[in-house]
Amino acid sequence: MGRVVVPIGTQHPALKEPASFILTLEGEKVVSAKAKLGYNHRGIEKACENRSYIQSLYIVERVCGICSHAHSTVYCEAVEELAGIEIPKRAKYLRTVVCELERLHSHLLWLGVAAHEIGFDTFFMYVWRDREKVMDILENFCGNRVNYGINTLGGVRRDLTPEIIEDIKNLCKLMDERLKIYTDLAMGDATLAARLAKVGRLSKETAIQYGAVGPVARASGVAIDVRVNDPFAAYDEVKANIVVDDNCDVFGRVLVRVLEMVDSVRMLRFMMDNIPDGTISVKVPRKIPAGEVAHRVEAPRGEDAYFLASNGTEKPERIRMRAPTEANWHAIAHMLEGDYLADSPIIIAAIDPCYSCTDRAIQINDLNTGKQDILNWQQLKQYSINWHRENNGIDFAKLKIK
Amino acid sequence: MRRYPGKIIKEAMGNLNSKAATNLYPAAPSIVTKGYRGKLNYNSKACTGCKLCVRDCPAKAIEIVNVGADGEKIFECHLDLGHCIFCGQCADVCPKKCLKVTNEFELATTDKSTLNINLKEV
Repeated sequence: MGRVVVPIGTQHPALKEPASFILTLEGEKVVSAKAKLGYNHRGIEKACENRSYIQSLYIVERVCGICSHAHSTVYCEAVEELAGIEIPKRAKYLRTVVCELERLHSHLLWLGVAAHEIGFDTFFMYVWRDREKVMDILENFCGNRVNYGINTLGGVRRDLTPEIIEDIKNLCKLMDERLKIYTDLAMGDATLAARLAKVGRLSKETAIQYGAVGPVARASGVAIDVRVNDPFAAYDEVKANIVVDDNCDVFGRVLVRVLEMVDSVRMLRFMMDNIPDGTISVKVPRKIPAGEVAHRVEAPRGEDAYFLASNGTEKPERIRMRAPTEANWHAIAHMLEGDYLADSPIIIAAIDPCYSCTDRAIQINDLNTGKQDILNWQQLKQYSINWHRENNGIDFAKLKIK
Repeated sequence: MRRYPGKIIKEAMGNLNSKAATNLYPAAPSIVTKGYRGKLNYNSKACTGCKLCVRDCPAKAIEIVNVGADGEKIFECHLDLGHCIFCGQCADVCPKKCLKVTNEFELATTDKSTLNINLKEV
């Protein structure tokens, strides 16, 4: 049978962000897949290096629209660790509250997107209606629907009022009711299972091999969750349960996310009853002592890891962000292989990708020799010029400019 | 849910009487919560011109200008709405609390030149 190469993207049906997938098909089956990033590079790490620590906080928060709190929490905790500051307990709890509200809204968003990808639009409307309730609380509490701006260096900026506590308790009640429907649907609906089971398979060994994180890894039976393995914020007191599933496919990823939401609601309810009193922030000096720190938190999409280097001035010397999508990205090509072309949108959407979070490094891996190389800007530019000259015959040297 | 089609009747009857989830904005007023961070409110009389807000603004959107003649201190606050990311850090850092965040959000315009505004006290 002849092979057909189908390019999907840069504008593609899975999500409203640019990435390119080159699928080689044999009939309807994908025999090999290549995933390409690099269309959404914003130079955000460099932007942080030119700004002070407090200014960088707001830049860091805008790495990702959906898991913005995870990014700002990991950054704040890294800076606080460098400065040797312990934040008040109430502030830790408030960070955890927003973390869990964010997880709730992110998973509801994903569930809606996944339902839309498979053509189950009623479900999409249902979950997004519920997501609005979470967003309203986040807006009232933090000041914004996304990019909450609740974190500051040394604590949080706003305190919970009795009204908001009441709102969150009501939300927990509503979510209990709704999540029961969604859990029944995810576990018992024959159509959903028929559409998602055995699609985008990723075995436990392969998930570990590719370094998958978050719900993607947990749906493949790998029990990793930073909230439990390496507790941050108040997760040493607010215990999270690791939701693991051994379906190893998109269906498993739905189950993991739905059950994680149930767990989030449980944790929110616990925190509303057990939040300690006290101040919500402490002062952090403008100049952060020299040093290096690596820190990680659990974003809704998985482990979010940061490296921060300080040289003792007001500005960070280097920030390296490793968003969860970057860790899950490498497994995408593997998951696409062996499945039908028609399943590719849901397979891509199932890792909950966020491309603008991910577009960062330029590392060249030569598949034939196994050689790895990191290029600087000048080298990359030269490579680009040479490549187009050799392959496409574009040679500006021959042009004569009058 | 779909195993028992009759179950839908209860839900359908309930929805007959319920209000629509969407609102008719802009025909009807949009509801923003009390805590929403929108346009800034500037009290010129309380301002000392320390420019901490300018120093901390991540988007370089805010400017404090002394317009008083002969060494007199009359401050104006110019805000570029096209650059502002509405983080409210300027209001947080202000030692005199002359910058405050309001929940006014209807700031869109069709004319770019009107984006740079002179903030007033409301």
